[in-house]
Amino acid sequence: MKKPEQELAEIKSMMERSTRFLSLSGLAGILAGIYAFAGAGIAWYWIYFPDTEFGTESEPISSDELQVNLLAVALLVLLLAIGSAYLLSQNKSQRKAQKFWSSASKRFLLALFIPVLAGGLFSFALIHENTYQLLAPATLIFYGLGLINASHFTLGEIRNLGVGQLVLGIFAAFFPDFGLICWALGFGVLHVIYGSMMYYRYDR
Amino acid sequence: MKGTYDKAFENVVRLRVMSILMVNTEYDFNSFKDLLEVTDGNLASHLKNLEKQEYISVNKSFVGRKPMTTYTATEKGKKAFQDHLEFLENLIKENKP
Repeated sequence: MKKPEQELAEIKSMMERSTRFLSLSGLAGILAGIYAFAGAGIAWYWIYFPDTEFGTESEPISSDELQVNLLAVALLVLLLAIGSAYLLSQNKSQRKAQKFWSSASKRFLLALFIPVLAGGLFSFALIHENTYQLLAPATLIFYGLGLINASHFTLGEIRNLGVGQLVLGIFAAFFPDFGLICWALGFGVLHVIYGSMMYYRYDR
Repeated sequence: MKGTYDKAFENVVRLRVMSILMVNTEYDFNSFKDLLEVTDGNLASHLKNLEKQEYISVNKSFVGRKPMTTYTATEKGKKAFQDHLEFLENLIKENKP
């Protein structure tokens, strides 16, 4: 018989590891990054082009039409990203003949979406109060916190991705001129980087 | 001494399987295989063993065209595992100076 301390440690580690959601698709991360990058490009074109080259000077977003269009693009990006993640992750769990709706996946989603939903509502409040310069930092920060929170229940890489979003968000809060760039870096580039890392590590 | 040492959990695969089923209402065969990194045959024989002792119950279904077998811990199995845990904890307590 093994040492009882060892045996207890063994039990504890199994309990922890079995409650993680492991079907998260890396490919979905890459796609989400591409959608976000495209969305940020469109936003940049509408807001800044052709006045400034890099979109580093924040002008108040004045026209109602622009507001509605930007919101539509943001929602489209969000829907596409969530849709791809759902389909690809479901596909991955089916391919591995694992359960998709397990207690682990529910815990993961809850941990992710409580901060993310709060962030979404907070962002609507920002739009309502016309504080657009804080939109990019707010979405980055809340999403980062959601990822860090959810990282206990899924693949470990998610934690670093969350920290990255958080750092970019805080930076953008102090330098709102770089808001859109930070947003594109966080939701676009970081997603692609971490998505490909996870794809190469787990999906092939 | 409180608790009982259960021979069923002497084997590390069976101990792990039971640990997983204590915190998950159900768990499927392939997830076990991924997490425990054991062969099909090895895992199947240990699951059979636990099933025979009525520590776990088996449920077969289909996902698309693939068969999926999920396992759940029975009340008897949970009780036995608790007793086993209690035994281990007491063992540690007693050996402390």
